[in-house]
Amino acid sequence: MASLWFWIVAVMVATYVVLDGFDLGAGAIYLMAAKTDEERRRVLRAIGPVWDGNEVWLLAAGGTLYFAFPQLYASSFSGFYLPLMMVLWLLMLRAVGIEFRAHLENPVWQSFFDVVFSVSSILLAVFLGAALGNVVRGVPLDATGYFFEPLWTDFKLGPQVGILDWYTVLIGVMALVTLTAHGSYYIALKTDADLGRRARGFALLCWPLQFFLSVSAMVATYFIRPDIMTNYGNHPIGLVVPIVVVASLAVMLWANPKGKEKLAFVASSLYITFLLVGAAFALYPVVLPARDHQYDLTIYNTAAGSHGLNVGLVWWTFATVLALAYFVFLYRMFRGKVRLGEGHY
Amino acid sequence: MESALLIHRLHFAFTATFHYLFPQLTMGLALLIVVLKTIGLQRNDPVYNEAARFWAKIFGINFVLGVVTGIPMEFQFGTNWSVFSRFAGGVIGQTLAMEGMFAFFLESAFLGLFLYGEKRLSPKAHWLSAVAVFVGSWLSGYFIIATDAFLQHPVGYFKAADGSLQLASFWDFVLNPWAGWQYAHNMSGAAITGAFIMTSVGAFYLLSGKWTAHARIFITVGVIAGCGFSVLQIFPTGDRQGKMVSDLQPVTLAAIEGLFHGQSAAPLLILGQPNEQEGKIDNPIAVPGMLSILTYRRWNAHVRGLDAFPKQDWPDNIPLLYYSYHIMVGLGTFFVSIMAIALLLLWRGRLFHARWMLWILLLSAPFPYIANTAGWMTAELGRQPWLVYGLMRTENGFSTVVSAGNSMFTLLGFMGMYMVLGILGLFLLWREIERGPEEAHEIVSNLHPTTTVS
Repeated sequence: MASLWFWIVAVMVATYVVLDGFDLGAGAIYLMAAKTDEERRRVLRAIGPVWDGNEVWLLAAGGTLYFAFPQLYASSFSGFYLPLMMVLWLLMLRAVGIEFRAHLENPVWQSFFDVVFSVSSILLAVFLGAALGNVVRGVPLDATGYFFEPLWTDFKLGPQVGILDWYTVLIGVMALVTLTAHGSYYIALKTDADLGRRARGFALLCWPLQFFLSVSAMVATYFIRPDIMTNYGNHPIGLVVPIVVVASLAVMLWANPKGKEKLAFVASSLYITFLLVGAAFALYPVVLPARDHQYDLTIYNTAAGSHGLNVGLVWWTFATVLALAYFVFLYRMFRGKVRLGEGHY
Repeated sequence: MESALLIHRLHFAFTATFHYLFPQLTMGLALLIVVLKTIGLQRNDPVYNEAARFWAKIFGINFVLGVVTGIPMEFQFGTNWSVFSRFAGGVIGQTLAMEGMFAFFLESAFLGLFLYGEKRLSPKAHWLSAVAVFVGSWLSGYFIIATDAFLQHPVGYFKAADGSLQLASFWDFVLNPWAGWQYAHNMSGAAITGAFIMTSVGAFYLLSGKWTAHARIFITVGVIAGCGFSVLQIFPTGDRQGKMVSDLQPVTLAAIEGLFHGQSAAPLLILGQPNEQEGKIDNPIAVPGMLSILTYRRWNAHVRGLDAFPKQDWPDNIPLLYYSYHIMVGLGTFFVSIMAIALLLLWRGRLFHARWMLWILLLSAPFPYIANTAGWMTAELGRQPWLVYGLMRTENGFSTVVSAGNSMFTLLGFMGMYMVLGILGLFLLWREIERGPEEAHEIVSNLHPTTTVS
């Protein structure tokens, strides 16, 4: 049962990153790709109807993590105290940036919230990547099952690691580039004219970086955690992951210049999903590795009681079916390219 | 250690108190907007629809602030109270996860349709989206109350071998008897905030001589709802909640009533300052025998005082608890009185011209916020020194790995951030109120644009 919940949480996290990822990426290119007020409003309209719902996946994944693995929730949230609080502040600033910008038709007011929205989106993307880097690299858990990481120490992978070191910064930059490309495909899909062209250009620019960073990240991961390959060795089915990752990178390269934005966006979504699922596959059954592996947190020593997990499966299934129905409805309602029309704004 | 505990407590108290300024209004308004839209739909009266649209804008601004200040609440269980989360997460994780899965998805999907989809949807479909938002927000409220009820009165759990609490019975936990009355009391409190704000804006417009047709609707709906919920707030919900405290947390009852020594025919204190040093109330004004009647329905019944309990089990801030409770009860009485007078004037057809009463209704706007805040302080301070009543003390629940310095850093960060959000929110709300309900301006937001082309 705990294994099932491990995969449920992993898939929820991946769903969050794919969905909120494109609106974070849209925020990252926002200031440069959308130059006029009209273009900026089009970007905001492209993500406007859905960003809030996308972000709920983070809350739902967090809540599910709390419910299924309370020990993991307690250890990781207190250990990652400082970066999580900064993520909270960034999420707040970003939401306010998107929602309050349009309340006042004043260029100073709007420029301020434009920068707030874009900078918080960029920083959030880097933080998300650094978080993933921390989870893969391992944290200084001890016998109490707790740890506390400062923001940085010496940027080396010594016994005293910080949230930021060369490896987690690498993953953070990779996340930023990946989500920027992801958001660019989405904006290219949802808009046209100069804005759509510029978004495609950004995606084109991201591709070599994304390729280079993906390869570097894989090499670096193998270098710092050689044991990451164990699960892949034991279960060759896992090799689907690198195949899909490479294939989706290739599809992005091919589809984007041909103007097949939808295909490129789907490929980018697959790329993100399989990177995260691949990481989860490599870690399983560990949920948070310790620097010293005897203190690893696993699904066995962090899961809630079995009755709770069984009951949860009933309401979780029911709620997920409902949530998926809302999302299908919402995305269908706002499908197609964004137009500003009829004098609104 | 002592100072870390204090800062972690302030961290949660500050962020929770600030957060709840927004949901209490949005939950109350969600109900009243459904009322306005239902009347508008039945009578096909455009003024009611304009009224609903105006309140939807006020709702929207408050909702955004409620969402962004709400996210830290879920995080803080892990960041600042990790030892507690480890202890109780196997149980309360259920309701917190359910809130996200059931309520947040529902709200986030339908909010945009409700706020900005009026032109794309049929009137019935738009009414339905308002109902969905109302259901989502009131559902969300229940999951939070059920979580709090477990801390107040833990049921449906068992203690696992590692000492943590785990779920034994889902239904016992979710249908905690404490949650039922607390939910009714809390939601009625939210409806009071919504009703008073609606009435207050209506009074402001009438006194300014602007948008009088809308103002009369605001006042009529606000006063009727305000009167009804103010009565419900005292009886039965407040009365039953008090009874639960006296049955299940008797030491809390003694503390909130300022009863240092147990006595028969215990008096109900109206005013007075608790003097902990001397174990008495200074300057008391009391109704003799009333506390015994309220607690045991007999005027000469013996009510246990603080002296009947070991001092280590007393709530740790008795004066603040005592004042919170008395402010809540005092304001609750005030709400019934002025809303009853307003209803009488409304019934006699004189309210809209009674400028003195309109002034009182206008100026009453802040009081429900104070009363709701004081009510929550009564509940949470009254639970002390326990974090989970009878099972875990507050001093044993915070994140020991997070130092006082780090916690102070983020507390100050939240204070600064919330000050900016508060100023922005007030500024935008004032602008909407000044623009009024009638003006044909579009709702400006990026959430759910009214026009996209397929």
